[in-house]
Amino acid sequence: MSTTDRKPRPGEPETTGHEWDGIEEYNNPLPAWWLWIFYATIAWSVVYTVLYPAWPLVQRATGGTLGWSTRADVAAEIARFEERNEPLFARLVAADLADIGADDELNRFAVSAGASVFRAQCSQCHGAGAGGVQASGFPNLLDNEWLWGGSIDDILLTVSHGIRNETDPDARYSQMPAFGEMLTAEEIEDIVAHVRRLSSQSHDAARAAAGETLYLDNCASCHGEAGEGDRAQGAPALDNAIWLYGGSEAAIRHTITYSRWGVMPAFADRLREAEIRAVALYVHQLGGGE
Amino acid sequence: MWDYLKLVVLGLVALLAAIAANYARDFPFHLHMLLFMVAAGGLFLWTLRRMEEPRRVPAASGYMDGPVRAGVIATAFWGVVGFLVGVWIAAQLAWPGLNFHWAEGYLNFGRLRPLHTSAVIFAFGGNALIATSFYVVQRTSAARLWGGNAAWFVFWGYNFFIVLAATGYVLGVTQSKEYAEPEWYIDLWLTIVWVVYLAVFLGTIMNRKERHIYVANWFYLSFIVTIAMLHLVNNAALPVSVFGSKSVILWPGVQDAMIQWWYGHNAVGFFLTAGFLGMMYYFIPKQAERPVYSYKLSIIHFWALIFLYIWAGPHHLHYTALPDWASTLGMVFSVMLWMPSWGGMINGLMTLSGAWDKLRTDPIIRMMVVSVGFYGMSTFEGPMMSIRAVNSLSHYTDWTIGHVHSGALGWNGMITFGALYFLVPRLWNRERLYSLALVSWHFWLATIGIVLYAASMWVTGIMEGLMWREVDAQGYLVNAFADTVAAKFPMYVVRAIGGLLFLTGACIMCYNLWKTVTSVGEKRPAATAVPAE
Repeated sequence: MSTTDRKPRPGEPETTGHEWDGIEEYNNPLPAWWLWIFYATIAWSVVYTVLYPAWPLVQRATGGTLGWSTRADVAAEIARFEERNEPLFARLVAADLADIGADDELNRFAVSAGASVFRAQCSQCHGAGAGGVQASGFPNLLDNEWLWGGSIDDILLTVSHGIRNETDPDARYSQMPAFGEMLTAEEIEDIVAHVRRLSSQSHDAARAAAGETLYLDNCASCHGEAGEGDRAQGAPALDNAIWLYGGSEAAIRHTITYSRWGVMPAFADRLREAEIRAVALYVHQLGGGE
Repeated sequence: MWDYLKLVVLGLVALLAAIAANYARDFPFHLHMLLFMVAAGGLFLWTLRRMEEPRRVPAASGYMDGPVRAGVIATAFWGVVGFLVGVWIAAQLAWPGLNFHWAEGYLNFGRLRPLHTSAVIFAFGGNALIATSFYVVQRTSAARLWGGNAAWFVFWGYNFFIVLAATGYVLGVTQSKEYAEPEWYIDLWLTIVWVVYLAVFLGTIMNRKERHIYVANWFYLSFIVTIAMLHLVNNAALPVSVFGSKSVILWPGVQDAMIQWWYGHNAVGFFLTAGFLGMMYYFIPKQAERPVYSYKLSIIHFWALIFLYIWAGPHHLHYTALPDWASTLGMVFSVMLWMPSWGGMINGLMTLSGAWDKLRTDPIIRMMVVSVGFYGMSTFEGPMMSIRAVNSLSHYTDWTIGHVHSGALGWNGMITFGALYFLVPRLWNRERLYSLALVSWHFWLATIGIVLYAASMWVTGIMEGLMWREVDAQGYLVNAFADTVAAKFPMYVVRAIGGLLFLTGACIMCYNLWKTVTSVGEKRPAATAVPAE
C-alpha cells in the first residue's frame, strides 16, 4: 500500500490514506439526503409489496392486500364501457339499418363505434382515411364506385363474409381468367387500347378497333358491353376514371395478362354483430353509400 | 514447445473450420466458417514463419499498452460505424423509401437495427471497456497485464466476434433476442474470449503491488463476471445442426421472455453502467487531479448497485404474460436502484468540487461532467419509467428509445470520448492533444445532438402513448395506428438531425486524435515507464 504522509490542507476532508496511480480518496460521509432517500425507497418498496402481488411462495405468490391484478383491472374497465354501451348495442342489432337515420342518438353512436372498428380492423388495407391503396388494389371507400354494391345491406354482407377468402363459405367470390394463357400479346395490346377507349383515355384508334371484338368475346360477359361492370360478380366498371389497380396501359396490360386476386377476410367470426353493423354504417356514410 | 502447441491448435481449428464450411447447411454459416479457417490458417502460417527467428524477450517490466492502443483505435472506428448506421436507420424511419427495394433482406431497417445496437453497445462500448480496463487495471495495480499475449487474444478475438455478429445480422443470422442476436457458434466463440478476458484481468489484479483494489477495478470485475453469467444463461440453445447457423433456445415461453430481459436489463446494468462507472472512477479523478469524493459512498453504492440491478429486469415486461408478482418485484427493485445509481453520479460530480474552474478551461472535463449529468438523468428516468402506471403510457413508445439514447449517447458516449482524449496523448507519448478547440466543437455538437434526440423522442413518445390510449365517451379508440405514425414524422426528422450532429462530432474527434498521433511532438521522456510503486 502506498500511504501518503502528507497532512491534509486546512479545511480539507481526511483521505483514506490509499493512493493508486496518483488517485486518492476522501473519507467523506454518505450524503444525508442520499441516504434518507435510499431508505425511503426501501420503505416504500416494502409497503408496496404488501399491498400488491409480489412475493413468490411455495405454491403461489402473495396476492397483495388490495386484491389488485392487471387482468382484473383491464376486465373491469372493459366491463364498465360494455355496460354503458349494452342498451345501444341491443338497439343497433334490432334496428333496420336502412332507416337508422330516424334514430339520431343510435346513428351517432353507431358511426363513432364503426369509425373505431374501422381504425382497428380496416385501416391497415383501406387506409386510415378509407382512401384505399391503388398500388395494392385496396379499394377506395369514399367514392360512389362499388365492386359488390354500396347499399347498406351489400356492405354488411361484404364485411361479414369477406371476399375470396378460404375461411368463409359465404364469401363473395369471382375469378377473372389470366388471359396471358389464352390470347397473344398482340391481342392483349388491342384489348388494352379498347379499355382505354371505354374510359376515355388516350389510345391507339386502330388497335382499339381491333380490340373491340376481342373485348366483346372475352370480357363483356362480366364487365358489360360498354364496360359498365357487374356488381353481381364484383366485376369493376371500366367506363370511368376510377381504377382498382390503376388505369395506365401497363397496369391494364398486367391485369389482363395475369388477372388479379383481391382478398378480404370475413369479420363475422372476429367481431360481434353490433360492431359489424356499426362499421357497415360508418363506411356507408363516408360519402358513397347508396 | 509452446510454439508447437500453438501450431497444433491453430492447425486443428483451421481444419475443423474447413470441414464445417464444406458441410455448411446455409450460406452465412459457410461464410463464417471460412472466416474462422482464414484467421486460424493465417495465424498458423505467421507462427510457422517466425519459428526460426530469434525470440524477442518480452519485457518483464513496464506496462503492456499495445492492446490498449489497438482498443482505442477500434473504439473510435466502431463508434463512427455504429453512429453512421444509427443515423441511417433514423432516416429510414422518417423516410421509409430509404429501405431500398434492391437491398431488401440485407440493408432494410429490420436487418440494420440490430447492427446499429450491437455496433454501438458491443463494438464501440465493448472495445472502450476492454481497452480502458486494461489501461486502468495496470496503473492502479502497478502491475503488467497478466498472461503475456493473452491480452492480444482478447482484443483480436473480441473484434473477430464483432465481425461475425455484424455480417451475421446483415445475412439474417439471429436468434431474435434483443442485444443477444448472435447465434450459438458466435456465442461459443465469445465465451472463450470472455473467459480469457476474465483471466487476464483477475491475473493482473492478483499480481498487484497495491494492498487494496481500487474502486474502478471492482466495477470492471463485476461487469466482466456478470456479463459472463448473463451470456451463458440467456444463450443456452440447442443447434439444429452442428453445420448450420440456426438454433433453438432451451427456455420455453414466458420463462424465455423473463430470462431475455433479465439479460437485457443487466446488459444495461453491468455493461453500460457498472463497466462505465469503472471508467468514470479512474478518468474523472485523473483528469480533474482531485481525490475521489467519498470512499464510503463508493463502497455502499457499489454493493447496493450490483445487488439491486440484477432483480430489475421484469420491468421490461409489465402488462404482458409475465405474472403480476414478478412485475411488481421488478418495479420495486428498480425504484430502490435510484439512489445506488446516483451514488456514482455524486462521487463523479463532487470529485470536481474545488476544481470547478476547470469546466471553463478544459473541454475534456466538461465532457465528463455532462456525461455524469446524463447518467444521473437517465438513472432517474429509468426507475420512474419502471413504475407500472408510468410504464403503461411509456411502454412500446419512442420514449423508451429516447431514454436509452440519453444514457447511451450522453453517459456512455461522452465518458468514452473523454477517456479517449485522455488516453491518446499518453498512449502515443505525445505532449498534448492536437487541438482543444476541436474538442470543444465535438463537445457542443454532441451535446446539442443528444438534446435534440432526447427531446424529440420524449415529445413523440408521450404523444403516441396518449394517442394509442385515447378513447371516446363510448370507450372506442380515437386514433388508427397509422395516424400515430403520421404524427411522428417531424420528430423523426429532428431525431435524425440530432444523430447526425453526434456523428459529426465523433468524426471531428477521430480527426483530432489522428492529428495528435501524427503531428504533435513527442513528449520528452521523464522516466522510463515502469510500474509505479
